[in-house]
Amino acid sequence: MTQIDDIKLSNAQIAWRAAQDIDDGAYVNLGIGFPEMVARYQREGCQAIYHTENGLLDFGAPPAPGEEDWDLINAGKKAVTLNPGASFFHHADSFAMVRGGHLDVAILGAYEVAETGDLANWSTGRGGVPAVGGAMDLVHGAKRVAVITDHLTKKGDPKLVQRCSLPLTGVGCVTRVYTSLAVVDIEDGHFVLREKLPAISFDDLQALTGATLHTTDTVGDLIVPEL
Amino acid sequence: MDKTLHSLADAVSVIPDGATIMIGGFGGSGAPIELIHALIDHRPRNLTVINNNAGNGHIGIAAMIEQDMVAKMVCSFPRSKDPRAFTERYLAGKIDLEIVPQGTLAERIRAGGAGIPAFYTPTSYGTELAEGKPIEEFDGRPYVQERWLKADFALVKAQRGDTHGNLTYNKAGRNFGPLMCMAAKNTIVQVSELTQPGAIDPETVITPGIFVNGVIEVKNPAQEEVLNLAEAVYP
Repeated sequence: MTQIDDIKLSNAQIAWRAAQDIDDGAYVNLGIGFPEMVARYQREGCQAIYHTENGLLDFGAPPAPGEEDWDLINAGKKAVTLNPGASFFHHADSFAMVRGGHLDVAILGAYEVAETGDLANWSTGRGGVPAVGGAMDLVHGAKRVAVITDHLTKKGDPKLVQRCSLPLTGVGCVTRVYTSLAVVDIEDGHFVLREKLPAISFDDLQALTGATLHTTDTVGDLIVPEL
Repeated sequence: MDKTLHSLADAVSVIPDGATIMIGGFGGSGAPIELIHALIDHRPRNLTVINNNAGNGHIGIAAMIEQDMVAKMVCSFPRSKDPRAFTERYLAGKIDLEIVPQGTLAERIRAGGAGIPAFYTPTSYGTELAEGKPIEEFDGRPYVQERWLKADFALVKAQRGDTHGNLTYNKAGRNFGPLMCMAAKNTIVQVSELTQPGAIDPETVITPGIFVNGVIEVKNPAQEEVLNLAEAVYP
């Protein structure tokens, strides 16, 4: 089998691929951490409007060091700036935007995604202090709920599985997964392979996936620039 | 009508042992640090605190926890850059935790203020946080019943206030403030600027004064992040 570490996409490249599916003017929520990278790679001429759960639409880049206003932060508690047209609102309105079907896209990270669309991304189930934040809200209501993730765990186990083994964040909620090897849709309880790296064979990709990969007529090449 | 409070100590002196207190803020943004520190000076115990988080560093809510004032936290995300105050007591079984998804927390507080005893949400369906809660289908999809959340007191930070209790907020510091003002029997608000009625354009009022019991002016309030960068400790 191909040496996966030699061919797999970096996190930046996964984020770039996810960004290509975001339309101009889309209302988008990016999860804290890795998903925040998606904002760097918007397509030329596209300007999404980013929502953050603590109560702000249309925030922009971080301020220069020393210029932070600590009442102007995102859900990751990082200082941000405002774009022209930004707005503030309270927390109940913010989550009304989420659950009420007003966001076009939510992009989250994952520990596991099941072929049913179930997502596990909030708890490793190992005890300690539980902390859920807005993850369980964000998986409901956006028109598309996408996950960006490495195809495998650090131990080399599949993250795309038949059924999640870790505590669930939501049931039947994920619509597309962008991984370090492929782009996979979830339709009617199945993984449907849309794109894969040209350097990996279908059979090798299937061997690294914990549930059956279905295909339609065409599987595209997953081509991403060096970043 | 004049809801002005004349000292931070007076403002929080009415809060007894065993009270349930909503404290505004998302992390340090909108956190009423001066009211919290006055409460630490007053030092009621066995409190239930409702906040998005569970303190950061050794100031604010973290300092309340370090002073063993808090019996239970109701929050969505009890982690921060420096969550030791909460984490150590939680792992030692010395503080209770009710973990609530963030949007559900906001809506429960809103419902408490709006007189809605329960509502249904898709959030947490099929997860361990829905265990034991009634489930009902609406238009073919399952939803989880959640109950309102109310409090004896709310401590909130706003930007401008007038003596009738009308409030505006500062940027994303608004977060839980307008909801908590509605959901407590006694809402105490610190404002950076206290004005006479009429000075705030009614079109710009975010929290109408009917939801507010007392306002106190705290000019140039401290920011939690700035205090933590300076490694501040309270008291």
